[in-house]
Amino acid sequence: MSGDHSDAAIARRVRRMETLLEEKGVLSGARLDEIIDASLSGASPANGARVVARAWTDPGYRRRLLADGTAAVRELGFMEGSYQRLRVVENTADTHNVIVCTLCSCYPLRLLGPSPSWYKSEAYRSRVVREPRTVLAEFGLELPAGTEITVWDSSAETRYMVLPRRPEGTEGLGEEELAALVTRNALIGTAAV
Amino acid sequence: MARINDVGGTVGFGAVDTADDPAPFHADWEARVVGLFNALRAEGLFNTNEFRDAIESMPPAEYLTTSYYERWFEAIRALLERKGVIEPGELDD
Repeated sequence: MSGDHSDAAIARRVRRMETLLEEKGVLSGARLDEIIDASLSGASPANGARVVARAWTDPGYRRRLLADGTAAVRELGFMEGSYQRLRVVENTADTHNVIVCTLCSCYPLRLLGPSPSWYKSEAYRSRVVREPRTVLAEFGLELPAGTEITVWDSSAETRYMVLPRRPEGTEGLGEEELAALVTRNALIGTAAV
Repeated sequence: MARINDVGGTVGFGAVDTADDPAPFHADWEARVVGLFNALRAEGLFNTNEFRDAIESMPPAEYLTTSYYERWFEAIRALLERKGVIEPGELDD
């Protein structure tokens, strides 16, 4: 950042907006602090990982999750009251899914935690729909030539989450241990588990 | 007509910087801006669609040279001005 957009300049303008809103009786500083604290608590990729681990260990849950993601994550207490629809897309031996929001940054925040900067970047948004295999390789995910890749473009109404493949050799693991293997990037589709 | 935010499939934005962020926000003001968005939306001053429209109707040169949360801030400013909550220029030094 440089020139007019220096961090100090924008920080000053944000503070001035807060002061003005307080002076005009629109929003108190205390209420703003409360909302800032609340907005990040409860949003974490650990939530999405829990959903994945349940789907890996409970075939009935997996079916419900793929049929109606919104209802299935609600069973675990997530996205309660949300007006958005969640669609969960499953990776298989020969198909891979990856999510993007080409228009902005739509994303299932509660299940994935705050989105990474690259998800919001023009480079990712413009390229992953055009050359997904190349972009995934830049993340270190080299997929076999025969793997079909589907890119899901999010909208204000519909959010996506990837159900990664359960790694081989994890038959003996419990739900909690399985959840610990699932990363945020695996839920976006830019990594495998 | 497509607006500047409609970047899907366009060429020329370069490689993806795949580095992970150490924290959700790079500076405290970014968290304050997200808080302002959530709070003002909750107070009914604008809704999500109006907010998105405000970002997506930014002049292309401004959109492409501002950071993600600067766009949020500019959108909130524009909406507050449009609704008469603040005067144009009231945030300037």
